[in-house]
Amino acid sequence: MLELKDVHAQYGAIVALRGVSIHVAEGDLVGLLGANGAGKTTTLLTIAGVIKPSRGEITFRGVSLAGLPPEMIVRKGIAMVPEGREIFPTLTVQQNLRLGAFIRRNRVEYRHDLEEMGELFPILGERMHQSAGTLSGGEQQQLAIARALMSRPRLLILDEPSLGLAPRLVDQVFRLIARLRREGMTILLVEQNVIQTLRIVDRAYLISMGQVEMSGTPEELKRHVDMESVYLGATVAARGGGQGRGAP
Amino acid sequence: MNEAIRFIVDVASLGSLYALMALGLVLVYGILRLVNFAYGELIMIAGYTLYLLSGSPLPWLVMAACAVVAALAASVLTERVAFRPVREKSLTAMLITSFAVSTLFQNAALLFISPRARLVPLPDLFSESIVIGGMLFFVRELLAIVVSISMLVLFTALLNRTVLGIALRAAADNFRMTRMLGVPANLVIGVAFAISGFLAGIVALFWLGRTASVMPGIGLEPLIVAFVATVLGGMQSLVGAVVGGYVLALMTVGINTFLPQALVDYRQAFTFSLVILILLFRPEGLVRGK
Ligand SMILES: Nc1ncnc2c1ncn2[C@@H]1O[C@H](COP(=O)(O)OP(=O)(O)O)[C@@H](O)[C@H]1O
Ligand SMILES: [Mg+2]
Repeated sequence: MLELKDVHAQYGAIVALRGVSIHVAEGDLVGLLGANGAGKTTTLLTIAGVIKPSRGEITFRGVSLAGLPPEMIVRKGIAMVPEGREIFPTLTVQQNLRLGAFIRRNRVEYRHDLEEMGELFPILGERMHQSAGTLSGGEQQQLAIARALMSRPRLLILDEPSLGLAPRLVDQVFRLIARLRREGMTILLVEQNVIQTLRIVDRAYLISMGQVEMSGTPEELKRHVDMESVYLGATVAARGGGQGRGAP
Repeated sequence: MNEAIRFIVDVASLGSLYALMALGLVLVYGILRLVNFAYGELIMIAGYTLYLLSGSPLPWLVMAACAVVAALAASVLTERVAFRPVREKSLTAMLITSFAVSTLFQNAALLFISPRARLVPLPDLFSESIVIGGMLFFVRELLAIVVSISMLVLFTALLNRTVLGIALRAAADNFRMTRMLGVPANLVIGVAFAISGFLAGIVALFWLGRTASVMPGIGLEPLIVAFVATVLGGMQSLVGAVVGGYVLALMTVGINTFLPQALVDYRQAFTFSLVILILLFRPEGLVRGK
């Protein structure tokens, strides 16, 4: 469904991606793992049309995304839950969701989906008319995900949705992602939380210094000795604790 | 008592105009981080449109509508022709472009019309005054209050109730994310410049109404007023712009009313001192963005 071939990207003189190739098949939940500064967010921003790759190609459902601005990428069916959530704090919860559905014209469907989001995320349902800035971190994350779902995407991309959340809420986010996957959504998930991610993904890529170092099923990746300490630093050593995370 | 009412009316009429001006400036700033130095020239363009129509048999309201449309069109056109091509390059490029556009408009007025002030037609109502409760008020002042507040109400409704308005607020807060949700950059920027130009046109009618004339350099003062008001209120927020407008008017009228005549000539110095203090101690302005 989504294919990145040898994608290079840079910020001015700083080279962030040195040939990233990734494949996400329809219905898959694919993980993109790597330490801070590895190039995960940059990879997502090139997909979203925010950063223009200096080399390589990106295709979605067989069509090249080259040169498309962000507002066209979402129309192709790719929705983004960005790093740091980036909800609109001065708008109400409902207004945030309304913008999530900006590309859709059908008001009846919008009403229906709004109700559905209220059921999927009861906290949001209760706070529709509250300004989004008053929500807690976990609630804001739910809002960011709900907002992305409002565009009815074919591919949902999430950038470190568990970052900065309390352990209980981290579990909740991972359960939600696993559920969306079961319901048929194709998902590309960026995480530093290796242990929890490998529990729910179909396949994962490990990227480091702007390159894919390794890829495979969770079993294949786990078999690799010391993968976590090599790529993600010592803080993830809390294996099995379920809350390990890369160094901030 | 009468003194107090007079003071409030003065602040309200000046403040309403300042608020509209600041709003027009901050709307574009919020989205592009661009202080549009050509903003004052939109007022100039509205003025010359009135001047050029002055011989015509059109009723004044139609002339005024033409002037507002001219300011709006000039604003949208400068975005298309001048800002859009350099938008992706850098903020500095846009700033310099806005200086260039400002200079271009002023020089066009110098060259094609005149360096000297020209009279603009105004309705008789503007120079009339009425007595309410034993006090004399300029109709122009009261009209400025009514029109400005109607604009603010209309504008608030637009920003809160329409999808486009919500998108505009979102873009002013986080342009990149707004685009990622599918809101076209050219649409929000175009609409922001259109509203900005529209507000400049409305303001122009009352601004020019004070002197009943227009000249090439007339845009400078409103630009500075709008800029100071947004700095006071907070560049990050639309509410801040409105608050800043009224606060600046309160200061201006306060200085005129309470300071000894000898000091009133230095009121710009007082105003700017206050701006410097605010920048030092509360750089985000009176109203925080987030
Ligand atoms: N806006 C930017 N300007 C310059 N360099 C950047 C910018 N954003 C990221 N980088 C650099 O690009 C590299 C990859 O960053 P990023 O994609 O954010 O990594 P990750 O999401 O994996 O933590 C890092 O070396 C980072 O310093
Ligand atoms: Mg990142």
